Amino acid sequence: MAKVGSPEELARIDYSPPKKSWMDIPPEFREGRWCYGSKAKDHAVVGLPNPRAWSPADEDWKLPDNWKEIFLEGMRERLHKYRSFQLFMDICVRCGACADKCHFFIGSGDPKNMPVLRAELLRSIYRGEFTTAGKIMGKLAGGRKLTYDVFKELFYYFFQCTECRRCSLFCPYGIDTAEVTMIGRELLNLLGCNIDWITGPVANCYRTGNHLGIQPHAYHSMLEFFCEEIEEITGILPEPSFNRKGAEILFITPSGDVFADPGTFTAMGYIMLFHYLEGLGLDLTWSTYASEGGNFGFFTSHEMAKRLNAKMYAEAERLGVKFIIGGECGHMWRVCNQYMDTFWEPPKSLETPVSPITGTRFEHAKEHKMIHICEFTADLIKHGKLNLDPSRNDPYRVTFHDSCNTARGMGFFEEPRYVLENIVNHFHEMPESTIREQTFCCGSGSGLNTDEFMDMRMRGALPRANAVQYVHDRHDVNLLSCICAIDRATLTTLTEYWVPDVEVSGVHELLGNALILEGEKKRTMNLRGEEFPWVEEEEEEEVEEAAEEVADEEAAGKAEGEE
Amino acid sequence: MMTIVFQLARALVPDSFMSLEKILQDKKPTILQGWFEAILETYPTDTRRFLKNKKDRFKNPVAHEISQGMEGIFDQVISGGSPDEISPFLERVVKVRAVQDFTPSKALAFIFELKSLVRAALAANLKEPQIHEDLLSLERKIDELGLLSLDLYMKCREKIYELRVNEVKNRVGRLLERANMICGIPEREGDPEVCTTDNLT
Ligand code: SF4
Ligand code: SF4
Repeated sequence: MAKVGSPEELARIDYSPPKKSWMDIPPEFREGRWCYGSKAKDHAVVGLPNPRAWSPADEDWKLPDNWKEIFLEGMRERLHKYRSFQLFMDICVRCGACADKCHFFIGSGDPKNMPVLRAELLRSIYRGEFTTAGKIMGKLAGGRKLTYDVFKELFYYFFQCTECRRCSLFCPYGIDTAEVTMIGRELLNLLGCNIDWITGPVANCYRTGNHLGIQPHAYHSMLEFFCEEIEEITGILPEPSFNRKGAEILFITPSGDVFADPGTFTAMGYIMLFHYLEGLGLDLTWSTYASEGGNFGFFTSHEMAKRLNAKMYAEAERLGVKFIIGGECGHMWRVCNQYMDTFWEPPKSLETPVSPITGTRFEHAKEHKMIHICEFTADLIKHGKLNLDPSRNDPYRVTFHDSCNTARGMGFFEEPRYVLENIVNHFHEMPESTIREQTFCCGSGSGLNTDEFMDMRMRGALPRANAVQYVHDRHDVNLLSCICAIDRATLTTLTEYWVPDVEVSGVHELLGNALILEGEKKRTMNLRGEEFPWVEEEEEEEVEEAAEEVADEEAAGKAEGEE
Repeated sequence: MMTIVFQLARALVPDSFMSLEKILQDKKPTILQGWFEAILETYPTDTRRFLKNKKDRFKNPVAHEISQGMEGIFDQVISGGSPDEISPFLERVVKVRAVQDFTPSKALAFIFELKSLVRAALAANLKEPQIHEDLLSLERKIDELGLLSLDLYMKCREKIYELRVNEVKNRVGRLLERANMICGIPEREGDPEVCTTDNLT
């Protein structure tokens, strides 16, 4: 007779997931874990394939009849074109070193978020469709055929990778799963399967110049608005110039800095810095045409990244500037530094960037002629060019989040820290294994910072949040600073869910607080318009002193009268 | 001297006269271990091995949050903590589970596992009337915990939706504050552009 379990055993509900091979478990498209599908109207604007109304939750994704052919042909072409891709398909030994390094796996526990399995999704198709062993032995040789379900699975998991490259840091072979994701997304794109939050900004950027479709006069008006706010805070009205031909420097920043808090406070910081430097010989212009530093084309295909990037050099050439300064942005920095001068020949008017204030020559930027504003500012501070009062940032206890693209992508660690050291009095690093090259992603990069993806984002955000929580508990840290526009938006959401007592800011917002402008009035509030906590105390003291004085005078008068 | 006598006396008192709290306190490591393993069961097999290793909170924040939360819940429950005292610990676990791949019932089922673990730990003492009675009230407490976790779970889910709304609003928040100046791409080709720029200041 079969053994019957005890009542407790019987009452116990078994929630263990089924024990099956990963190849046999298709993903479940549940809300919060996938992004909305790209819209036909946006496809049409930039000529992306297969414009149609569809949703990833639909049974039928309305793929063309020969979808398989298109996909495999695209794969063949890329295996040939990118040697790295071919290598990444061939050389993984499945050692597992990368497995537990991805924030999405760490936070979700979904094995297919292990980088090794994420890449294996495509690698198995490579084996099953392109290698002899895989074609013959199938599963036994780790190969499988491309089916409709497999295609959907690719979409699900390649839009669950933020291309952060943390996994590649730990791979003994240097396999970069972010690049596998990039190729994977390109292939999905060939069939018109992208996400709305990427193609929307791409189409807007292509048509209007920035992700949100903001027109030039609105862009201009927003910056004027910030100038008025600066005047309220400092008593000084900066007058930035726009689209000015003959300027020495062109400044380009992500549009998020201009339209969404808390990026807007960082934008105010830039304006104040440029105003301060005008007296020292800075000749800089903003552009309402190159009004987007970000590039969501980068999350679509190399080709699209190139198209959207075109306006930077085009505007630099039209205005005849000598070099470009980029605002605080992560993926913009990677695109501009790693790809821009291979996308396009820099215009002849551009030169190796030289700071007009300090004379420092930025040799490392001699090819692409563009520097990051943190490099520029760090150099100014190093040469003692900025008059700073860090105590204005005393209400903040600050830590710094290394953005994946600047840190891991570009090895850009010290400049922002150097700036911070000079503008805040309380700075505390998060643990070593969560910063610099090992930094944890915000969980929302590479175009995944859309609201319908919130569950997945919050899972991916946990490793970062956990380190923030640590410095919050230990050192009372209440401000998470960063140099990336996407981070400024997404970390705000991250902290609100995981560590609600911590706010988020850009580095140049804090610089704006600390920077002493010539002729400014006594500052009583920070760039957010929040009164400094000591102002009330000082006012009370002043009232008390005044009252004392009056009392003294009265007493003196009385004494005189008595005499 | 008094302390030694006291300790000696305690050591001599058989288990059967110990309070429920004391017994559970002594068996805390085993119960917590069992409880943690029970929650691990809800994750895919390949993931369990990773989650098991709790040594480094930065490498494995999920296990850290869950195990810390569970320990706090356990301590509070057996010492008669109020819902307000239990909530912060329960929230640590629920917050993680609320955004993972679980239905609400799956996310919260772990709480009821505590009942069978506690019963197993008390197997030898169950016949004692006092223990039996205390156990029943403890089990009621765990049921209440189940309800409390439901509230916390809902709070997390509401937060998620609130965050979604806030993000959408803030995306162009400053712009809308200034004026309505967005020029969108029309839904259908040929439709007029959706531009509202007349209230520019
Ligand atoms: S690139 Fe980042 S998100 Fe993608 S698999 Fe690697 S660690 Fe995960
Ligand atoms: S670390 Fe590299 S070789 Fe090892 S499993 Fe990951 S990708 Fe493959």
